[in-house]
Amino acid sequence: MENAGIFVILVSSILVNNFVLSRFLGICPFLGVSKQVETALGMGMAVTFVMTLAGIITYFVQKFILVYFDIEYLQTIAFILVIASLVQFVEIVLQKMSPTLYQALGVFLPLITTNCAVLGLALLNIQYEFGLIQTITHSIGAAVGFSLAIVLFAGIREKLEIADVPTPFKGFPIALITASLMSIAFLGFAGLV
Amino acid sequence: MNPIKTLTNGLFKENPIFFQLLGMCPTLAVTTSAENGLGMGLASTAVLICSNVVISLLRKVVPSKIRIPIFIVVIATFVTMVGMVMEGFMPALYNSLGLFIPLIVVNCLILARAESYASKNGVFISTIDGIGMGLGFTWALTVLGAIRELFGAGSIFGMSIFGVAYKPALIMILPPGAFLALGILLAINNLLKSRSA
Repeated sequence: MENAGIFVILVSSILVNNFVLSRFLGICPFLGVSKQVETALGMGMAVTFVMTLAGIITYFVQKFILVYFDIEYLQTIAFILVIASLVQFVEIVLQKMSPTLYQALGVFLPLITTNCAVLGLALLNIQYEFGLIQTITHSIGAAVGFSLAIVLFAGIREKLEIADVPTPFKGFPIALITASLMSIAFLGFAGLV
Repeated sequence: MNPIKTLTNGLFKENPIFFQLLGMCPTLAVTTSAENGLGMGLASTAVLICSNVVISLLRKVVPSKIRIPIFIVVIATFVTMVGMVMEGFMPALYNSLGLFIPLIVVNCLILARAESYASKNGVFISTIDGIGMGLGFTWALTVLGAIRELFGAGSIFGMSIFGVAYKPALIMILPPGAFLALGILLAINNLLKSRSA
């Protein structure tokens, strides 16, 4: 995938290798904050914002700190610290610059630190040996894919609320089976790229 | 607190997967076979026990405002160590788990135990809690992995169960199978709970 074109990366990260439905990254927020379309959309926006920034910053951290000093084994620790401080930073900046956006995203921001999609994305970017442009594309694609999946899922779950579900399946079980069906649908995109 | 009660608590009563729904990403991603599930479970258990011990030791010196970053650094350190050990001694398993070894850091189960248990309790009982929760996580992963492997490849731990005539339902090993198998397991679990209540 090193020399893959930008469009290929974008399509593959949004549809074919959807972060939630085929890579299983970011399942916790996917199941946790998907009861309403509105909150799902907020979460999607917050994740898109943080993931894109995190992708770019970890690229530079890897290139100019870890590889330069030959300490690549500290990758996990370094990346999680970058992500945690980035989330804090974004929270503070948003609070000052755009109170409305902060109000919309506020609750979701702290949750993103332990969202494995962000760390997973940073590690995957390095694994695929992406350049800067490819890293940015992949980050945006992955985040859009996450938002797409969570918003669609929330839409279905809103309808499930009023559906007649067998008692043992109420709540999480039926949500997981819904996710399974969505995942089958997304399997249809395999072979697109 | 009673150590045996703490132990069985994690194993059954408050099983991280079936009752608390924590640590879903590795649960769904690596359970394509019983062996992978077991490997992932044991790796997470090792990290959980070590981080519970250290966090419990540090609980009086860590300022509460910056406790989360400190916990994460402690966890990340042990994850890196476990990753290195696995790469050295179990390269095949390390490769098949791949990305999900470093991602143990963001397994919500480990941070949740650090935050809600180890930071409030003594070293001994926190260790027991780590063992209980870790093994509870491990058996749940192994069962899920075994079910998916049984239907998806007709074998358990690589041993053929249904014989050669069985046509594997490949969907169970693919991503949709993970959601489906866990959904049905949780439903069975709910059914059993309502029967016993």
